[in-house]
Amino acid sequence: MININEVIETNQMIEKENLDVRTVTLGISLLDCISDNIETLCSKVYDKITRTAENLVSVCREIEREYAIPIVNKRISVTPAALVGASACRSTEDWISLAKTLDRAADTVGVNFLGGFSALPAKGMTNAERQLILSIPKALACTEHVCASVNLASTKTGINMDAVSLMGQVIRDTAAQTADRDSIGCAKLVVFCNAPDDNPFMAGAFHGVSETDCVINVGVSGPGVINHAIQGVKGRDFGTLCDTVKKTAFKVTRLGQLVAMEASRRLGVPYGIVDLSLAPTPAVGDSIAEILESMGLEKTGAPGTTAALALLNDQVKKGGIMASSYVGGLSGAFIPVSEDHGMIDAVECGALTIEKLEAMTCVCSVGLDMIAVPGDTPASSISGIIADEMAIGMINQKTTAVRIIPAAGKKTGDTVFFGGLLGSAPVMKVNTFSCEDFIARGGRIPAPVHSFKN
Amino acid sequence: MAAEKSIITVVGKDQFGIIARVTMFLYENNVNVEDISQTIVGGFFNMMMIVDTSTSTISFMDLSMQLEELGKKIGVLIKLQREDIFKSMQRI
Repeated sequence: MININEVIETNQMIEKENLDVRTVTLGISLLDCISDNIETLCSKVYDKITRTAENLVSVCREIEREYAIPIVNKRISVTPAALVGASACRSTEDWISLAKTLDRAADTVGVNFLGGFSALPAKGMTNAERQLILSIPKALACTEHVCASVNLASTKTGINMDAVSLMGQVIRDTAAQTADRDSIGCAKLVVFCNAPDDNPFMAGAFHGVSETDCVINVGVSGPGVINHAIQGVKGRDFGTLCDTVKKTAFKVTRLGQLVAMEASRRLGVPYGIVDLSLAPTPAVGDSIAEILESMGLEKTGAPGTTAALALLNDQVKKGGIMASSYVGGLSGAFIPVSEDHGMIDAVECGALTIEKLEAMTCVCSVGLDMIAVPGDTPASSISGIIADEMAIGMINQKTTAVRIIPAAGKKTGDTVFFGGLLGSAPVMKVNTFSCEDFIARGGRIPAPVHSFKN
Repeated sequence: MAAEKSIITVVGKDQFGIIARVTMFLYENNVNVEDISQTIVGGFFNMMMIVDTSTSTISFMDLSMQLEELGKKIGVLIKLQREDIFKSMQRI
């Protein structure tokens, strides 16, 4: 029988250590909405989303109340729009009207974000994908809930450098279109290498073509819980440290598994995966940087940071995999700068740079996330940063991503404010030496050799 | 009807009649108390009850909200949670 100390421990995690379920994301296939007429497409898409997700928010609220566990976000991911709209959308205006339809549907069902305004040109880019990508700056400026993502590379196909080059400019344009709101459009746009089909987290969630008609994916959280547990083993050896993280991650993931099963049962929608990610928020006590610092680093970014993050990421997976029957998505520790007050502090005091963050992305999910850079950073330099990150993912057979904000009108040392979960970000210094000629070459970087791992 | 175990926790400053008032409320709503334990953590009174909510005359949601209200009246925090959350987190 459950005893009082176990009850107190669980409730303390929820009340004092910010334990929550970060997102319940309903994946919806829109493949059966395809039409060659834009009005028909939009009307089918709106109906399918609002019908399928009708009870998502109310069911999540019931679960929150019955278990007394916050579910911070209720979200939707849909089939990449490039596949759904290829036949109907003949201009960027058509793509924008599809984005507006997605936004309206998200608004109707009461979710805060809907992901899937996406294209997957990892090897080659169709004309439809190009049009969609070109429509992203305006689509994100005139919608509130829609998130866009573009998969630019994979371990199997290599890196589509034409698409990387295009995205550098599109990110700049997205920043310019939302210049009056600190370039917030860029916070809703992410580029990937090896994008997963079942990611419940924004901005990169989409419902991949390997998925069934609709599915529930859950993203857990709990940096505060892990941090609290680590503080209890101060000065102890790495074996003890790892064991502590693993056991705590087990408990956190079991909570996610429970919520996923309940949401699935009550909505009559199959359960897909639990994403084991440690996702921070701007709140004090909900930070990945704090965890690394509790391990013994003076500041995140100090020598040893990559090792500490590698350890954390691996133990979270080891504990989490034991706790859940199906694990997927991005599963690892997120290191967004703007959404983590410890990361912001580390940047502001000079301990953490983009280069160190890049090294850290080699050992964690997902990549360079929510990083503000000067507004005058050339498009080619943004493409260069993306190419570096794509290369890390491609060679290491992992998912990597870039969500970068060239904040219009801002310089190194300024701050951009997005509010809410997106937080605020110090504008970070970018290496000013040019990579323009490298990016201008065009074409593809071939897939890597899968042997001789050195 | 299959038992539907839930956990009620009461946290706050110790005072006369907390258990009496909570159990009276449960009695009025036909909820059976199966176990009670209590402890003091950081100077605060912590009580846990294992109850069977399957026989309740009102819905789980109403039970949960009315217990919260009762807590406010007494000046303590009362929470009703389904037992699964503790079982899944604390047991392999």
